[in-house]
Amino acid sequence: MLISYQKKNKKKHHHLISSQLHSSLQKELLQFLLECCVGAAEPFYHPRRPHEVFLNPFCRPACQHRCKTRSASSQVYSAVQSVVGSLHMAHTEWKDAPGLPDFSLLKRLARDQLIFLLEQLPGKKDLFIDADLMSPLDRIANVTILKQHEVDKLYKVELKPIVSSSDQLCFLIRPRIQTVKWISDLVNADKVAGRFRRYKIIFTPQKFYACETVLEEQGVYGDVTTDEWNFYILPLDDDILSLELPEFFRDNFLEGDQRWVTTAGSALRLLQSVYGSFSKVYGIGRCAKMVYESWRELMEDGEQRTRQPEFAKVFLVDRDVDFVTPLCSQVVYEGLVDDLFRIKCGSVEFGPDVTSSDKSIKVMLNSQDKVFSEIRNEHFSNVFGFLSQKAKNLQTAYDKRRGMDIQQMKAFVADELKGLKQEHRLLSLHIGASESMMKKKTKQDFQELLKTEHSLLEGFEIRECITYIEEHINRQVSMIDSLRLLCLLSITENGLLSKDYRSLKAQYLQSYGIEHLLTFANLRQLGLLEEQQAGETLTVMESKVGKLVNDKTVGKLTDAFSSLAKKSNFRALSKRLALVPKSGEEYDLRVPRDMAYVFSGAYIPLSCKLIEQVLERDGWTGMEEVTRMLNGQEFAVTGGSSSSEARSKTDAQRIVLVMFLGGCTFSEISALRFLGKERGCRFIVVTTAITNSSRLLEALLDNSA
Amino acid sequence: AHLDLKKIELYEMGWNLKDGLRECLVAAAPYGGPIALLKGHYRRSPSARPQLEIYSSSGLPLASFPWKSGVVKQLGWTVSDDLLCVQEDGTVLVYDLWGGFKRHFSMGNEVSQSQVLETKIFHSPYGTGVAILTGALRFTLATNIDDIKLRRLPEVPGLQEAPSCWAVLTQDRQSKVLVANGSQLFILDNTACTPVTPPGLSPQASSIVHMCVSFSYKYLALLTDSGHVWMGTSNLKEKLSEVDTKIKTPPKQMAWCRRPKSQQPSAVVMWDGLLIVVGECKETIQYHLDDDSVLVPELDGVRIISGTHHELLQEVPGACEEIFKIASMAPGALLLEAHKEYEKESQKADEYLREIKEQSLLSEAVRQCVEAAGHEHEPETQKTLLRAASFGKCFLSNFPPEQFVSMCRDLRVLNAVRDYTVGIPLTHTQFKQMTVQVLIDRLVYRKLYPLAIEVCRYLKTPEYQGVSRVLKHWACYKVQQKEESDEVIAKAVSVKLADAAGISYSEIATKAYESGRTELAIKLLEFEPRSGEQVPLLLKMKKSPLALSKAIESGDTDLVYTVVMYLKNELNRGDFFMMLRNQPVALSLYKQFCKHQEQDTLKDLFNQDDDHEELGNFYVKASYKDQRLEARVALLQSAVDEYYKAKNDFSAKTTEDEMRLLRFQRKLEEEKGEQLVGFSLHDTMTTLLSVGLHKHAEQLYKDFRVPDKRFWWLKLKALAEKEDWEELEKFGKTKKSPVGYLPFVEVCIKHHNKYEAKKYVSKVTPEQKVKAHLAVGDMEGAAEAAIERRNESEISTVLSRCSATTDHLLMERLNRAKATAVKK
Repeated sequence: MLISYQKKNKKKHHHLISSQLHSSLQKELLQFLLECCVGAAEPFYHPRRPHEVFLNPFCRPACQHRCKTRSASSQVYSAVQSVVGSLHMAHTEWKDAPGLPDFSLLKRLARDQLIFLLEQLPGKKDLFIDADLMSPLDRIANVTILKQHEVDKLYKVELKPIVSSSDQLCFLIRPRIQTVKWISDLVNADKVAGRFRRYKIIFTPQKFYACETVLEEQGVYGDVTTDEWNFYILPLDDDILSLELPEFFRDNFLEGDQRWVTTAGSALRLLQSVYGSFSKVYGIGRCAKMVYESWRELMEDGEQRTRQPEFAKVFLVDRDVDFVTPLCSQVVYEGLVDDLFRIKCGSVEFGPDVTSSDKSIKVMLNSQDKVFSEIRNEHFSNVFGFLSQKAKNLQTAYDKRRGMDIQQMKAFVADELKGLKQEHRLLSLHIGASESMMKKKTKQDFQELLKTEHSLLEGFEIRECITYIEEHINRQVSMIDSLRLLCLLSITENGLLSKDYRSLKAQYLQSYGIEHLLTFANLRQLGLLEEQQAGETLTVMESKVGKLVNDKTVGKLTDAFSSLAKKSNFRALSKRLALVPKSGEEYDLRVPRDMAYVFSGAYIPLSCKLIEQVLERDGWTGMEEVTRMLNGQEFAVTGGSSSSEARSKTDAQRIVLVMFLGGCTFSEISALRFLGKERGCRFIVVTTAITNSSRLLEALLDNSA
Repeated sequence: AHLDLKKIELYEMGWNLKDGLRECLVAAAPYGGPIALLKGHYRRSPSARPQLEIYSSSGLPLASFPWKSGVVKQLGWTVSDDLLCVQEDGTVLVYDLWGGFKRHFSMGNEVSQSQVLETKIFHSPYGTGVAILTGALRFTLATNIDDIKLRRLPEVPGLQEAPSCWAVLTQDRQSKVLVANGSQLFILDNTACTPVTPPGLSPQASSIVHMCVSFSYKYLALLTDSGHVWMGTSNLKEKLSEVDTKIKTPPKQMAWCRRPKSQQPSAVVMWDGLLIVVGECKETIQYHLDDDSVLVPELDGVRIISGTHHELLQEVPGACEEIFKIASMAPGALLLEAHKEYEKESQKADEYLREIKEQSLLSEAVRQCVEAAGHEHEPETQKTLLRAASFGKCFLSNFPPEQFVSMCRDLRVLNAVRDYTVGIPLTHTQFKQMTVQVLIDRLVYRKLYPLAIEVCRYLKTPEYQGVSRVLKHWACYKVQQKEESDEVIAKAVSVKLADAAGISYSEIATKAYESGRTELAIKLLEFEPRSGEQVPLLLKMKKSPLALSKAIESGDTDLVYTVVMYLKNELNRGDFFMMLRNQPVALSLYKQFCKHQEQDTLKDLFNQDDDHEELGNFYVKASYKDQRLEARVALLQSAVDEYYKAKNDFSAKTTEDEMRLLRFQRKLEEEKGEQLVGFSLHDTMTTLLSVGLHKHAEQLYKDFRVPDKRFWWLKLKALAEKEDWEELEKFGKTKKSPVGYLPFVEVCIKHHNKYEAKKYVSKVTPEQKVKAHLAVGDMEGAAEAAIERRNESEISTVLSRCSATTDHLLMERLNRAKATAVKK
């Protein structure tokens, strides 16, 4: 089995090489860049396996061909350089904040590779797409493009028997065992029915050995061809890049399955190969460390290309370093929209209550939307005023046409009207959305919910909070919200007293059913909801296990255990980092003082505060206490590019890439945008997925799979 | 059109052969490769075994051993310098350069039955091939011995005895055999035997006695019994020339001597003591041979190996001829002359230079000198020519230096490998064809590691392909040296390889393992920085625990899976689980896999670990996947047992409660027909209350110790929903409400009954009074309550709800009260 695994790997390289030889320059460019991303940049000679054999002197043709490819690739390389170069041109003007690199190149790369893969299965075919890939795919290649490449019908993968009359089936899926098993069953069913079809599975962003094992075990390995679509990153906005892997969170932090670590490493590698290297890398968290290691290894494998770096610094942070922030109710406009309407892949569907018609409307929410881009980072209390001012301005603009003569009118219609109408449409949508939010959020209970959250963050009137939570559970207000409050309570208080824990848990189970025993088990494993215990239990377990294994792994185990049952130390952290401003002070939300504005001035997101502090200190020195409380695992590494070059004050030096492993919230993004404005730098957020309290907790429920 | 030849003595042979090459089977590899001799190959008696000897091109012994296998019909070398010995029975034995046996393969049953008559070993772009003529007069052929596909060629019509001669051709990407049967000529390919006629073959010939194909397979030479040599293209479409050698005895050997891009064909025919070179003109060139000799065809000439000497016969290259021809006025010749005069400090130098420059041929002159230097074997001559070129270059601006520089480098390397001790007599043309890569490989193969490294460094070959690669080969060789201890070798290897880029220790370790040194392999693996690379070998060596921890260290989940799946198949279940138990990462991965693929295994895993907590969870999960009530209850019972074992009383009790609840729901479902099974306690009670089954709800309330608050909330909500205000009022009076009376107010308001709501306002606690009044819309009351409590924020709340038009007076009052409250 082992050998076949390696063979498969080798085949991949070959495939890349041969395609490079035969395709047009466009494709070569794509291939070349892809090789950079997948770390296969050594197509001609594998430095890790300088194999073997003594080349034979008679194989001149092969040598010539070798030379040819090399020069072709260097051509392509310069082509890429010029493409990349020209892309940067657009951003050279010096602004208050540095310009951002153009990430649309990533989409182009992904699209070109997908088309290339589809063409590998010539002829008409039906395409089955994983449900959660639909939206991301739509951003890369819409139906028209797919149809152009002989995709006949599109289906969503539903893990049910299919009705397709096509002789060729193509599956575009995430590498999940379940889905692969479903495909195996399809193939086997076809076999029984004596039906002959061609099957191709395109895994994205990569294949997993486990999936191939399933194909083997189900006896269909030979019937199916598999490929990888290295679609690692979807740019959601100018400054948000998403891996679109919501399962990263559960897999990595709950199940202890580190399969996505290399994916995250590859994503960074892709960014690096397209946009240049980084001068400094910081990080905190076990996963962050592993991602960094994997990235570093990928870098070492490939050829080093020195290029003017596009980002100065990278900050990697694990979601479990800061659970408090994503558990808080969001009150910044974009976050609120996400909490209430669920933003999916950068777009949201506003229902009839917002559109004030009987139809739902899908809207892209990004910086292209001029109205949205002005209010997305605002505290909700300011949004309404802003929108009405905007409406007035718009009216004035419309009114201009009153005193116009024909010529002016013509110009007005030609130049401005369209823009105004567009703005008008967007404005009315956002006003509708805010009204709908107002309705929901200005209610008494939301105010009380916020009050309770703030009390918890502050560590104030905890008894009242517990009573409130109890009532919340008893009244079956909301399954997720109750859970969220429980978690907040546990984290901020370093676990619940045994008595409270049991009573609240019992109440919760009475309200929502016994299957939530499993949910509670999960929450405990993650340290989100815990019973305060006598301290010795952990150490006893540790030493028991420690005896079983060799010394080297003991360290790792201890790490694992400490992360299993770690103390949140929130109160102490909050004090040290001044996360919670002193109560009683007025906080003018219209003129934010600090990042706390994203939570109505009650709390500075821990994750963002850490980033701020580390960037300020250029490392972790002086924060030993803090990192100890966060279970250590912090690192700071100076990157490959020469320091003198890196120190030069270019635009790029003021761009910081922040990677959230396990998801980040819009509130955090808003906070970072604010921080960027304050410090004259820009943050680019790379996240495994956009998350919020509901998504985070829903991932931990155990009533689905 | 006459032919200019030169014969260069390459070496005086270092071997000491008693009888020269007489009665020897000889094979010499092209590109200055090694020479193999088999003395007395026809001997069959065990008392006098033939001796197989391998020498370098300069005659230095590399290996020698008695031949113990069957009768050898033919020796030959592969493209990678392995020795092939074709036996009578069609078995081919493969040896390396050092006489080490590598492997053997057979040329098929047919061959072994009818025995080998004649064999030819040939090279093509597809590797080294073997062609055999069997006793049954049929040809069997394998194009690539590394990927053997035997092909039996069609029969040759009318062939009664061994053909007079034959040769292997490579045409149209296919290996074919050209056979002469008397005067008839046939081409055999995979499918057919086609008769062919060489155009213009002289009619006197009644039989073709010898033939040879050029190095490039482009040209063919035929020797007829009339002594004529016909030369033409190998596709038999064109005749190039025909020359009469005037010798009618069959020759010993014939070979092409043409150099690439030469103007005319030339072939060498060898008889005992005589060598004749034929070209385009009628005249032939004759050499006398003292000794038995062998011809080795090369790309650009023929090497002649005799018992004492090793010579190279080749056509004089154009550049050399131009320069060294007597009284040549070629620019190169003049430049050389100019330089000579310059050295003598004579002004004639200037005259010569002027002459060249006037014709603006100086760059041509330099080029000629550089090229000629490449073809010269004598370092002194090379130097003279290069100096002349360098001198000429001084008078040129913008002359590209690359050619000169690379020629100097190439020659330095060539001179080094031509050295007697190395014995690879490559010409510059051959070197260019062979590439540096291959030359380095060959040096490595000859274990000339230091020289190989020197060459790499000198030619600035990138580390990965150069020095590192050589070092890796060195290390692979080193680990096979049995006489040294593991520690010494591991140390030596790590010291030498320490700072070389791109070294894969795992490969070296693999070599060590293959030569039976597991301990050494493990030591070497420690040096491998990439944990992932260590895993496959560790698995192979059955060091699975180590493999597993290395895989985990690598952080590559796929690799961990690989090892886990391997272990799953290798070990028995108990050991497998035990191993996983010590590796949390692997365990959780495997659990993930089992969750989807093997639920039962998952249970076994928990069982083995005595993880009762997880087992309990497992059963709970299983229970709500099952539709049948009995099964659910049974599963829950299992969960209860496990929870008790895990000392998790809480979960056990809760699960027991759930079982009770399920039974209760079932009973009620049967009695009342309400859909209840699977509901949470809360939902069950809600349902019961909403359909008026208050008794049953109350029973649950008591049985399950539902907190009063919850029950009140539930009942309150249910009554309000049914708008049963009377019942609500009664309920409110049963005892003091544990949730207070504000909820009563709110629930009435929710159902738009202000009248009922007002009934409860008075019962609300002082803290909630304001809220209650506001809820029923009683501004006065709210204001009253707020003022009474002198609570600033409450006053503000009321104020914010007042409308400026109707509650003018009230607002004034409130503002006053606020002012006093603030003062306090």
